[in-house]
Amino acid sequence: MRTLVVWCPDWPVVAALAERDLPGHLPAAVFVANIVQACNGAARDFGVRRGMRRRDAQARCPDLVVLDQVPERDARGFERVLAALEELRPGVAPLRPGLAALKSPGRFYGGEPEAGAVIAECLVGLGIRDVRIGIADDLFTAEQAARCAAVQESLVVAPGESGVFLRGLPVDVLDEPEAVGLLKRLGLPGLADLARLPLADVEARFGTRVAWVHRVLHGADARPLSTRTPPPELVGQVDFEPALDSAEAVCFSARQTAERFVTRLAERQLVCTEVVLTVEADGAVASERRWLHPRWFTAPDLVDRLHWQLVGSLRVGDIRSAITRVRFAPETVVPEADHADGLWGGTDARVERGIARVQGMLGHEAVVAPVLQGGRSPADRQALVPWGERATALRPRRLPWPGSIPPPAPARVFPAPWTAGVLDAGGRPVAVLPRGAMTGEPSRFKPGEGEGWQPVAAWAGPWPVDEQWWEGGKPLVRFQVVGVDGRAWLVTFDGSGWVTEAAYD
Amino acid sequence: MTAALLTSDTQVEIDRLRERMRRMESGQLGSARPELDSLPGLSQVIRLRAGGSYQVDSASLALALMAGPSRSGAWCAAIGWTDFGVEAAAELGVVLERTILVPEPGEAWLEATAALVDVTALVLVRPPERVPEALAAKLSARLRKRGTALVALGPWPRCEASLSIAEPQWSGAGRGEGHLRARRVVVEVRRGTAQPRRTALWFPGGDGAAVAEPVCAPVCAPVCAQPVEALRVVG
Repeated sequence: MRTLVVWCPDWPVVAALAERDLPGHLPAAVFVANIVQACNGAARDFGVRRGMRRRDAQARCPDLVVLDQVPERDARGFERVLAALEELRPGVAPLRPGLAALKSPGRFYGGEPEAGAVIAECLVGLGIRDVRIGIADDLFTAEQAARCAAVQESLVVAPGESGVFLRGLPVDVLDEPEAVGLLKRLGLPGLADLARLPLADVEARFGTRVAWVHRVLHGADARPLSTRTPPPELVGQVDFEPALDSAEAVCFSARQTAERFVTRLAERQLVCTEVVLTVEADGAVASERRWLHPRWFTAPDLVDRLHWQLVGSLRVGDIRSAITRVRFAPETVVPEADHADGLWGGTDARVERGIARVQGMLGHEAVVAPVLQGGRSPADRQALVPWGERATALRPRRLPWPGSIPPPAPARVFPAPWTAGVLDAGGRPVAVLPRGAMTGEPSRFKPGEGEGWQPVAAWAGPWPVDEQWWEGGKPLVRFQVVGVDGRAWLVTFDGSGWVTEAAYD
Repeated sequence: MTAALLTSDTQVEIDRLRERMRRMESGQLGSARPELDSLPGLSQVIRLRAGGSYQVDSASLALALMAGPSRSGAWCAAIGWTDFGVEAAAELGVVLERTILVPEPGEAWLEATAALVDVTALVLVRPPERVPEALAAKLSARLRKRGTALVALGPWPRCEASLSIAEPQWSGAGRGEGHLRARRVVVEVRRGTAQPRRTALWFPGGDGAAVAEPVCAPVCAPVCAQPVEALRVVG
């Protein structure tokens, strides 16, 4: 079976540069633990090589773009290539990011070199300039042929000529460092030398993989490609012709697409818990936002999110021209069974509708769900999450949080602290010195603008806290103060003055 | 003597007629409006009725009133509370998963309240301005129809009862030592022009137990005789 291999050299670098919207001709390298893992041709021209230390690489090429290794990014970038190949010829086998094989289209494009040219042209159209194609009887030979091919060219090894082609290559192509080292030390630098050895001896001395190459050299390998089934297209999108400029009109027109999006997932017993909504205006992405759902998205939920996003973007001016396209891309999908309602009810749908009405009136951030989290000040220990979003990045409550105030918690926690005043018996403002000592005992205080001065009946503290001093955080000292009227407050000295953070109302 | 008997009879008759009118107003003639659940310590002070509106002057008391229905599975909402103490609410027994907050409704506070009255069992409101009586009456009809109770933090016209906290005394804090532990308060409940009913409570009770307890309960003794344990910083 004739096999065609498409090779995009230095794929990690190509994918990383494409994701960062950098031109491909810049010298760049992907590093793992400060060692060059992959570099592109421009970097190689400066003398950067695989396995080189970062400081050496940067010494040779100070302009080198330093990239991190992200295997997911490489695979994600290559998905685009696979999709383009599948358009031309179904039955593509991805070998690894940057390398894919397919059954060679023998006559469809008028011959194998022509097929190679069509594929190369297609990938260059995607912006991948360095494409090499090899065509041979088997996968191994085709891959070696691709590696020998010139940029955007294809190298065809004629049927039955695999052995002849491979015999001209050095043993380094084996990709088995131990075996390669051993073969070289034994004085066998080329695959031709390997081919002359008896098969049984090769298998006993060098292992199965080298023995398999040995069989290929004698023209005995014919393994079928394990091709992939193209993944289902779950992204839903709707184009507007003519373009629309009001949020209501867009939402109305997107309703059917949202329903289709949810149905298509449901056909595969999936539900979407995280979606990326992209709004394009005049062919350019004008607004893109990731939405999380505490349960999963239904079609009205998607339309709601779209409405909120549009209203928000129109208000801040992200969308300046008429909207031409809306895309729903599922970011996280989970099996439906994970989220199935119990037989006896789940969240009250009636309540959700009431909340949606208020969100419609005031905007979606106006309705919030209170959540507890860890922290030292009362304001840090709570979080208000917009209704319908999932709370993320909460501080764990189980940690000890030294410096936090013991219960009972204050019933009123001011979002912005009030300016307060605390005086000692002599009428001088009380201060807390850097070492924690107080200049006097509080005897009179004023919790805030609307409250008057009053004598202190009792006070407790201090609870000193020095949070995030490495990022410019100030040391704070908290006190509980009870006035003679019996009301208690949480007042804080922040190094220069007093503020009231909460009230024990 | 006769006059006194007559007045008491008249009084009973008036009360009976008033009760009848109240039931007709609520549209459920023959069945009294059900009571909402309340915290054990507060049940002797006040029992909220579905469809009633109440006025309180203390945030913690409002949260405690909310905790009763919330604990028994109802949804609750708070509108206009920018300084909602989430941790205090949780300590008092409010179930946060069934709590909806609209901290800054702005001009539309009444519309937001009306929308949430339709779907929750209890709504806490802090009105930003003086509420006109006509408006309160309109909302009150909606409350009765939906069987939702409204608790306003601040003045509310024609409310069923007005709760206030008097003579608060915190225990636990000294001159720099200890920390706030318990509070002895007198809760006054005013209904119409009648004399206020006063009940003394420990609220919150001793050592983090945030429920209200009557003063005569044994918690009184340990709380009053708090051992002083925290170190004192000498200035």
